Amino acid sequence: MTDLARAPSDKTSWRTGHADRVLPVLVVLLVIVGIWYLAAIGMNAEWVRDQAARADEDLTSGEFLRRTLILDRPVLPAPHQVASGLWDGIFGQKITSKRSLIYHGWITLSATLAGFAIGSLAGVVLAVGIVHNRAMDQSVMPWAVASQTVPILAIAPMVIVVFASAGITGLLPKAIIAAWLSFFPVLVGMVKGLRTPDAMQLDLMRSWNASDRQVFWRLRLPSSLPFLFASLKVAVAAALVGTIVGELPAGASAGLGARLLSGSYYGQTIQIWAALLAAATLAAILVALIGMIQKATLEHMGLAR
Amino acid sequence: MQGAEHPAQPVIQAQGVSLTFQTADGPIHALKDVDLTINQGDFVSFIGPSGCGKTTFLRTIAALENATGGRISVNGQSPDQARRSRAYGYVFQAPGLYPWRSIAGNISLPLEIMGFDKADRRQRIERVLELVDLAGFGGKYPWQLSGGMQQRASIARALAFDADILLMDEPFGALDEIVRDKLNEALLDLWRKTGKTIGFVTHSIPEAVYLSTRIVVMSPRPGRITKIIESPLPRNRPLDIRDSAEFIALAHEVREGLREGHGDD
Ligand SMILES: Nc1ncnc2c1ncn2[C@@H]1O[C@H](COP(=O)(O)OP(=O)(O)OP(=O)(O)O)[C@@H](O)[C@H]1O
Ligand SMILES: [Mg+2]
Repeated sequence: MTDLARAPSDKTSWRTGHADRVLPVLVVLLVIVGIWYLAAIGMNAEWVRDQAARADEDLTSGEFLRRTLILDRPVLPAPHQVASGLWDGIFGQKITSKRSLIYHGWITLSATLAGFAIGSLAGVVLAVGIVHNRAMDQSVMPWAVASQTVPILAIAPMVIVVFASAGITGLLPKAIIAAWLSFFPVLVGMVKGLRTPDAMQLDLMRSWNASDRQVFWRLRLPSSLPFLFASLKVAVAAALVGTIVGELPAGASAGLGARLLSGSYYGQTIQIWAALLAAATLAAILVALIGMIQKATLEHMGLAR
Repeated sequence: MQGAEHPAQPVIQAQGVSLTFQTADGPIHALKDVDLTINQGDFVSFIGPSGCGKTTFLRTIAALENATGGRISVNGQSPDQARRSRAYGYVFQAPGLYPWRSIAGNISLPLEIMGFDKADRRQRIERVLELVDLAGFGGKYPWQLSGGMQQRASIARALAFDADILLMDEPFGALDEIVRDKLNEALLDLWRKTGKTIGFVTHSIPEAVYLSTRIVVMSPRPGRITKIIESPLPRNRPLDIRDSAEFIALAHEVREGLREGHGDD
């Protein structure tokens, strides 16, 4: 085989594509970590200076820098402190322990997935209604938009309290809040997606005397899938935010949100940042998972760009 | 095949058909007083400048638009009844194949919608693929085919459910001359084999003359028929008939007709 023959093969192009993508990400990551260290030194400096003054110590600049990065309750923890907090939270604890990030992460994840499922389903159902029913077309959208303009921070405690007064706590109220945030992008994406078939496609269906149901299943729904997947990615991230917000009020004791809150009660900044990073990682994994399903599905359907 | 010998059977009859679009800029008279009878087995071409209502007339026959005046019947029924009984296949300028379905899957689509069973579908797909010279391409996806092949697949799709009428709106308009010649030849062949009644919109004089038994010349504002030309050419037409004196005279007549239509506006 000549080099020319090998060059355009799938494997090589995949590999170069991979490196092309990884390198910029790494560079950006390094820059962020660098800035983070500088910020940590700057923000923790005052505290270290105060303590040294109180103890009447004279610090060398090397020792001064070292101390800004190992404080127990730093204003801004250094990256390695957060990393070790994360490591300890994930691998250093039994997963049933209240200090395990896996435990809290699972609580949050399960409510997120439940809320995402409810929200996406609601979004799809409402979109189908809007596309097929004139009355719904004119009435649903304003309400959907209004629902998103109400600050979720105001809604969440009410939902939690109302459900708690009915004796329902735990996953369901949080899932409702998650669904509240995640139905909207799905609704908007699906309405757009279900309306993508052009006049000619619809005329063809009409010339075959197709029923609305046949038009929906055979034309509108498949055409809408690229839009559905794009909005599902937004929706799953929104569901995670909703769940975490739902874990903040009423002193919930489990979940990443509760972990954030208790961290801030006790000034455990490392704990806060570890929980934050865990949440961000979770969101990234969920979005990436949907991205993979999207890629496989659309490629199979010949709809990939 | 039969149409030639038996007394002419009217399939599409239009009497004083008018269609006015109400737009924000006022009414547009897309069709005015159109009278036309298309018989069983006819190949009728519509030619005329842009905006003269060719598409609108074809769509009115197909019940994709509703005439605002006059009477029109298809197979003795109203256009909408005819549409419901799946009397015609419609071919647009763009193939409009679904990217997520194979060629066979695309041809299968109207058959599924009309409730043909699986074995029947397979047989029909096979048959029409052969008819448009795409045998063996059923498993391919639209993006694997050239534009001309895609358009042939869309014609196969329109043929698959055996409607007696084929309505085609500039089906080869987006293709180059050589491919167009090939497809014109194939279409004539198909028409002779199946005996279908064909309504065909085009902008090309040679295409209209080569294909048609009758050429309808239209002119705009308001859209109307200015001339109907019967073709003296035989049904059997090799491509080189286009160099014959008869063909050239006919093309001239059509060109004259188009010019007259333009003169009075
Ligand atoms: N849905 C519509 N609403 C309003 N006006 C329309 C509509 N469809 C067509 N028209 C108008 O009706 C007239 C005839 O249009 P039509 O598409 O039938 O022309 P055509 O002969 O097919 O032209 P072309 O050769 O460019 O395809 C035009 O003036 C057009 O602008
Ligand atoms: Mg047209």
